[in-house]
Amino acid sequence: MEIDPLIFRLSIFILSIFVGYYVVWSVTPSLHTPLMSVTNAISSVIIVGAIIAGLSGNSDSIFNTSSIFGFLAIALAAINIFGGFLVTQRMLAMYKKKKKNN
Amino acid sequence: MISSNLSAIFYLVSGVLFILALRGLSSPETSRQGNFFGILGMIIAVTVTFLSIGNFSSGFIFVLLFILVGGSIGAFIAYKIPMTAMPELVAGFHSLVGLAAVFVAISAFLNPEAFNLGSPGNIKLGSLIEMSIGAAVGAITFSGSVIAFLKLQGIMSGSPITFKGQHPLNAIILISIIVIIYLLCSTQSSNLFWILLIVSFLIGFLLIIPIGGADMPVVISMLNSYSGWAAAGIGFTLENTALIITGALVGSSGAILSYIMCKGMNRSFFNVILGGFGATDDSSTGSKKEQRPVKSGNADDAAFLMKNASSVIIVPGYGMAVAQAQHALREMVDTLKKNDIKVSYAIHPVAGRMPGHMNVLLAEANVPYDEVFELEEINNDFANADVAFVIGANDVTNPVAKTDPQSPIYGMPVLDVEKCKSVLFVKRSLSPGYAGIDNDLFYRENTLMLFADAKKMTEDITKNL
Repeated sequence: MEIDPLIFRLSIFILSIFVGYYVVWSVTPSLHTPLMSVTNAISSVIIVGAIIAGLSGNSDSIFNTSSIFGFLAIALAAINIFGGFLVTQRMLAMYKKKKKNN
Repeated sequence: MISSNLSAIFYLVSGVLFILALRGLSSPETSRQGNFFGILGMIIAVTVTFLSIGNFSSGFIFVLLFILVGGSIGAFIAYKIPMTAMPELVAGFHSLVGLAAVFVAISAFLNPEAFNLGSPGNIKLGSLIEMSIGAAVGAITFSGSVIAFLKLQGIMSGSPITFKGQHPLNAIILISIIVIIYLLCSTQSSNLFWILLIVSFLIGFLLIIPIGGADMPVVISMLNSYSGWAAAGIGFTLENTALIITGALVGSSGAILSYIMCKGMNRSFFNVILGGFGATDDSSTGSKKEQRPVKSGNADDAAFLMKNASSVIIVPGYGMAVAQAQHALREMVDTLKKNDIKVSYAIHPVAGRMPGHMNVLLAEANVPYDEVFELEEINNDFANADVAFVIGANDVTNPVAKTDPQSPIYGMPVLDVEKCKSVLFVKRSLSPGYAGIDNDLFYRENTLMLFADAKKMTEDITKNL
């Protein structure tokens, strides 16, 4: 009997939760704020769905109700992607070790 | 156009890169590389999406245009935002993830053919369930984050908003969401889909209004988690591995952070979510309050104490962020170090308005991160330190949490500040902290209160050193 592909996706999902669990516990508490901003940025990979939605119109009508929502979602996700990664980078650049005086 | 198998592999690669991005955050040295992995993963995911659609028609220009517009706004915000406003920024970003998830779900519901999910009115059952869950969680994330943003920004009062019958109402709404999803899946009615969205927006709003300002670390982490689950729900609908992996990562990340924050306050997750903390028992604490003597001093006294110390521990809190005192603080510490005084920083897990808030502010002020310690690392050092300098923290230093079982914060891990030879406590007035309870530390023999604005006081001390 064939296995429903949903089961495979579910497996990936469950295993990723465990990966996330162990990876996030290893994050040092002093970097919890960058952790939040970077998770923000990566969860905006939802932009792939938005792009599919945006390009769903045919060449006669690029804009229909469905694709307009897609385009809006693209803009929102793009704010998050650029904003999230850049602000994380900005924060991480500030974490410096003590200068050795010798 | 590339085959769907190949694109699935690339999505997997980008998912793995996202895992490495989080892995990099285990230490500040590897973190910058981790962020690079994250960016790379995103570029791969977006590129593969374009290639797999392969339809470079005029619509493509608009996709780029919207990416450009959104990207510019995002980049502008990222460079302009002051570090003290990070909690607001993160809450704002969460709301965008939530709204994007809602929009993608709407788009997929209206035009399921584009996503290979069936036809309007006849969407595959599994996809419809995934889509409605994604949309509902996305909508809750959106409205909840908006409220969190308004509270953090001070546009809305940080105090909890409670009313009679609040919890039963929320419970009814949550149950009705499940019922609506069930009916939606059996009837495929688009009206029910819109009702589902409206009800989800409403519950997101109702869930966050009773939660007070100082519980925001938990709320932000929780909404972080929700935004992940929303993304995962959409990932299932789109059968996209990158989204599923990322959603699971972000979801568990936010859940862990909420757990850490709750533990930092010795409160259960449900206790925080049900809200109303610190607002209800004003009267009972008010009646107990008696006038007790406090010692107060000025910058000169503080400078004198610190000059004669050999080790000083700084305890920053939300007040430091409000007063923007981190730079002034670092200048004061530099002067102390010139006099061969050992200085370290002690950070309570819930200091500030989001996880790691204080660490970022100190890093911004060029404080080396190896001088900054977490509660467990430094708590034993207070007994051997000469001076504790409490700037903007309150409840997290209250010894009552260790001694008085009647106290609402009893059992909460606190910094053992009172064990220092002397304690300098910078505060505007004697008013109680967020939990609405008096801080016993104010009345201790070894405490010297410095009533002033945190920044101004720190600058004055530096002048006197």
